[in-house]
Amino acid sequence: MDILITGIVLGGTYALIAMGLNLQYGVARIMNLANGEMLVAGGFAAFWLYTGAQVSPILAIFLVAPVTFVLNWLIYKIMLRPLVKRAKTRGQLEADSILATFGLAFVLVGLMIWAFGGDYFSYSYLSRPVEIFGSNFGLNRVVAFICAVVICGLLYLWLNHSRAGMAIRAISVSPSSSGLVGIDVPRLSAIAFALGGAVTAMGGALISTFLTLDASTGVLFTMKALIIVIMGGVGDVRGTIIAALILGIGETMVASFIDPGLTLAAAYLLFILILLFRPEGLFGRRLT
Amino acid sequence: MRFSGDDWRHIAIAVVLIAIAALLPFGGNAYYLSLGVNIAMYTALATSWALFSGPTHYISLATAAFFGIGTYVTGIGIETTPYPMLLVLAALAGAAVAALVGLATLRLSGIYFVIFTLGLAEMVRQIVTWWQNQAGSKGTYVLTNLTEADIYWQLLGLCAIVWATGWLIGRSRLGFALRIIGDDETVASHSGINTALVKVALFMVSGSVAAVVGAMIAPRYVYIEPASAFTPMLSFQVVIMALLGGTGRLWGPLVGVIPFTLLWEVISSSFPNQTTLLLGVCFLIIVYLLPKGFVGLLQKIRMRASGESARDEALA
Repeated sequence: MDILITGIVLGGTYALIAMGLNLQYGVARIMNLANGEMLVAGGFAAFWLYTGAQVSPILAIFLVAPVTFVLNWLIYKIMLRPLVKRAKTRGQLEADSILATFGLAFVLVGLMIWAFGGDYFSYSYLSRPVEIFGSNFGLNRVVAFICAVVICGLLYLWLNHSRAGMAIRAISVSPSSSGLVGIDVPRLSAIAFALGGAVTAMGGALISTFLTLDASTGVLFTMKALIIVIMGGVGDVRGTIIAALILGIGETMVASFIDPGLTLAAAYLLFILILLFRPEGLFGRRLT
Repeated sequence: MRFSGDDWRHIAIAVVLIAIAALLPFGGNAYYLSLGVNIAMYTALATSWALFSGPTHYISLATAAFFGIGTYVTGIGIETTPYPMLLVLAALAGAAVAALVGLATLRLSGIYFVIFTLGLAEMVRQIVTWWQNQAGSKGTYVLTNLTEADIYWQLLGLCAIVWATGWLIGRSRLGFALRIIGDDETVASHSGINTALVKVALFMVSGSVAAVVGAMIAPRYVYIEPASAFTPMLSFQVVIMALLGGTGRLWGPLVGVIPFTLLWEVISSSFPNQTTLLLGVCFLIIVYLLPKGFVGLLQKIRMRASGESARDEALA
């Protein structure tokens, strides 16, 4: 029961990060390997605001979100839009964007090492126990989970019940057809990419309240987010959430039964199972 | 397989150049020799990377995983097993891991492969660290009588083998199949090529070379631990060098490795704290400005020159 709840709480924050990546990959068609670095940047920002100005990480989210939104929008406009224009096929765009964002990931890691040094950083926020079903859990984890649920919920409502959200979902189905029905594909792709980055950075700010991060841990989170997106199916919000919960529970099980250092191995195990049995995602339809 | 006169000439030139390169340790300059070891190491890694990723356009980010596995094969076996045997074991281990990765991902689209390789080094590192903790040690000592010159010659020999392999593959049915897959995978599978098998086979070649390089370099490190054996920077450097040179030709990666190794020397000695940042910037410059590397640039210049001379002739 302990493991289940810890896993679900962890999975909730993972869901948020994966939603961010899903927006970037599913809509803007950018396979963003620098996603984890954006997460760590969000975490750094929260850490810096908390230790420097005593701003609570929950409030910091409201500052992190617009800043990273603008940052990611600029990244898309300056770096990635030329690639989208240059690419003749989706495969070509994938190869180009993988290389470009891979380079970007190293630039971001380099910038963060430059600004904050290569040390681990953590701070103590709301680290007192809270009792759920007779067992104790860190309050910071629970608060992070609740925030993640709220943000995910808002995102879900926005995507399903607003005009812009509907247009974004249309692009994820088919960019060329969306253009035909009067959707401004370049503009909304940029917004989706920026929003995805902002959501991931918010996830990073939440995660930093209970996990220790350092400048180079981004790739771990990129990996996990990628696995969740593939498991849940590209562009599928429901699948993403369930996949994130599965990964959260799986990781917690490995961490408590075998060794906390093997969490990535657990993620890989899930990844291999998915690749072998359901490469189209949990709820995806097999392409013919 | 029959060799034409041209082929013999190319082979002769390559042998002479490699023989000249093999004279380096006799120069007696330790700094140049260590630079030479770096260049030979990255050449073997980048060329074997390009053997697979060049024609297929499947970007492998897992060089460090194979390299680290090779390093650990030497580290674990050096006390009990003769050294040449270890190189063979490293090659087999690298090929086996590559086969597993390939079988899991290469049947599907390329994106799964890239993602899988992205975290592979980190995952193997976690497992090795865990296993070492179980055994109660932090790292392993590799003590041998091998000198820097011995390592250099070994790596040079490996480069020669990689080039020969690449050259032979390029002339074989396998190489032909690979080029078709790179151009259009659907066409390839429709003309009866078992695309998954071809890709897995080539990836195994690439993986085993990287593992052997790791096994050869291990004596140079003396003390190996997971953090140094599986450094993600290595995968990154190999990709950047191969792309800088260009993957279209067998000698392409070499053209990228030499200037980049020199540049890296400058960067790591003048800006030791900003290496990651500067490498990332170099990488972006290459991806955006030199998408086909030096090889592509050379071809463009040559094409423009021949285009102009053709126009001059037409005018005259």
